[in-house]
Amino acid sequence: MNSKRSEATRDAYGRALVDLGNENKDIVVLDADLSCSTKTSSFRKVFPDRFINCGVAEQDMIGTAAGLAASGKIAFASTFAVFGSGRAWDQVRISVAYPRLNVKIVVSHGGITVGEDGATHQALEDIAIIRALPNMTVIVPADATETYKAIKAVAAFHGPAYVRLGRSAVPVISEDISGEFIIGKSILYRKGSDVTIIACGLMVAAALEAADTLSKEGISARVINMHTIKPIDKTAIIAAAKETKAIVTAEEHSVVGGLGSAVSEIVCEEAPVPVIKVAVEDTFAESGKPADLLEKYGLTPKDIIKAVKHAVAMKKK
Amino acid sequence: MLIINMLSKDKLVEIREKAKQIRKDIIEMLGGCGSGHPGGSLSITDILACLYFYKMKINAKEPTWPDRDRLILSKGHAAPALYSALSLAGFFSREYLKTLRQIGSSLQGHPDRTSLAGIEMSTGSLGQGISIANGMAIAAKLDKKGHRIYCIIGDGESQEGQIWEAAMHAGHRKLDNLTVILDHNNLQIDGKVEDIKGMEPVADKWRAFRWNVIDKVDGHDIEQIIKALDKASEHKGSPTIIIADTVKGKGVSFMENNVDFHGKAPNKDETGQALDEIRSCSCEF
Repeated sequence: MNSKRSEATRDAYGRALVDLGNENKDIVVLDADLSCSTKTSSFRKVFPDRFINCGVAEQDMIGTAAGLAASGKIAFASTFAVFGSGRAWDQVRISVAYPRLNVKIVVSHGGITVGEDGATHQALEDIAIIRALPNMTVIVPADATETYKAIKAVAAFHGPAYVRLGRSAVPVISEDISGEFIIGKSILYRKGSDVTIIACGLMVAAALEAADTLSKEGISARVINMHTIKPIDKTAIIAAAKETKAIVTAEEHSVVGGLGSAVSEIVCEEAPVPVIKVAVEDTFAESGKPADLLEKYGLTPKDIIKAVKHAVAMKKK
Repeated sequence: MLIINMLSKDKLVEIREKAKQIRKDIIEMLGGCGSGHPGGSLSITDILACLYFYKMKINAKEPTWPDRDRLILSKGHAAPALYSALSLAGFFSREYLKTLRQIGSSLQGHPDRTSLAGIEMSTGSLGQGISIANGMAIAAKLDKKGHRIYCIIGDGESQEGQIWEAAMHAGHRKLDNLTVILDHNNLQIDGKVEDIKGMEPVADKWRAFRWNVIDKVDGHDIEQIIKALDKASEHKGSPTIIIADTVKGKGVSFMENNVDFHGKAPNKDETGQALDEIRSCSCEF
């Protein structure tokens, strides 16, 4: 399934914004002095009048986006994930989520693959704090292709959304740009009967790699791309729990409150089976090369394989 | 002065009567439900009366009319004053005011734009209103619309950092379709603004952020407020802030300049006394 190509999800965001800008004059884009990093610079170059640089002021940016949305605009507001979620959380809560305004908070630099900038710039708790807000939709695309489709999908849907993208190039799982992307509907990437790996973001590619290895060892692993963390695809989770009776989640996020927690919330109430989380332990990370950080903080296919074996063993008890 | 001379005496009387009714409504609503913020509601009453019954282009029959002027009440705790003005302007029945802060009511403790026509933005967590107003002002300019955006902020609220982020933004973008009114009543929950975290010289601060400043406006003098609002809408090239000197609790003797009535409703006796005072007052402050 994997193509040979790698691309950062933020690059696909830049492309999608330009296409959206051509299609709809009500698309406006805001940034907080990071347009070259978030890739909103692509939009800025083509539509300077509809690009609003708010300077280093994320709280003001979210409020300004809300004011634009309240006036009928579709406002995309971008910065790094740490700032778009944490720095401006109360503005997202009061000015976006509560009034259900049509603001799309699309953040880059999610997770530890930010790399060398270190803990201050590595968002590991953003999914937890944003999904706690009523009315929010939370999406973590797996690759560049899915990012493009997700951006188009959030633009077409009316309401607040948080889309988390990454800094580093990640494997392009599928080049099928015309394939369906439905907010809240997960994608079955691989059939399997012994265990289900539910992943999001760059961990989807790692999950597929892990499933390949596991199949050689006789373990049949289902792989689900859970691109939408909220509203989460309950049906797919319940079916996985009932049919494979063990689940492993994989995400580039803290073990507290992210995808693993969201899946556990459903499984506990609907179909209790073991859920093992592959995620960053409850800690701040550090500077380093993205690949080294993934290794050190336990986010490799190897870690998924270990978790799968643990889950399968628990199932047998 | 020309505009003021043209403004009929009848219109002035009408606006004063509206302000008097808003004051009565605030006391009745808060006395009725037993909670809320009378001090900061009474201090913006005359400003709201001038906005809703003189200055703003609105249509209660078509609350989402695209060309309407918009008001953001950034100091959302003064919601009772806004609800009263909206009710008097015909957005909903006078009777409905009695539901303030009750379960199921659209008259939430702080404004909720999703539940009540006429509320342009949900507010309550202080400091967020000017950013919203900026977004609306930018949208109006993008769409080449002539409507204005108004935003009322408090002086205690001005301790929030986002106020100054937004001030810098509006000044930079020369948003001359925006008028902010500072309810400069000098008090906040814990005491005097100057004792807690002073912000004087406030007019200089706004000038430094590239704003047109109209200061020394008596926020309870209808003629002065109107004159300032008209000057603001005529000004081109920068946003305007009107620094309105107000009295917290204005119109009720025992609430005036009394921080105890920031967030405390009057009891039954106090409600009666306050209503008597308002009824017998000419409201020509």
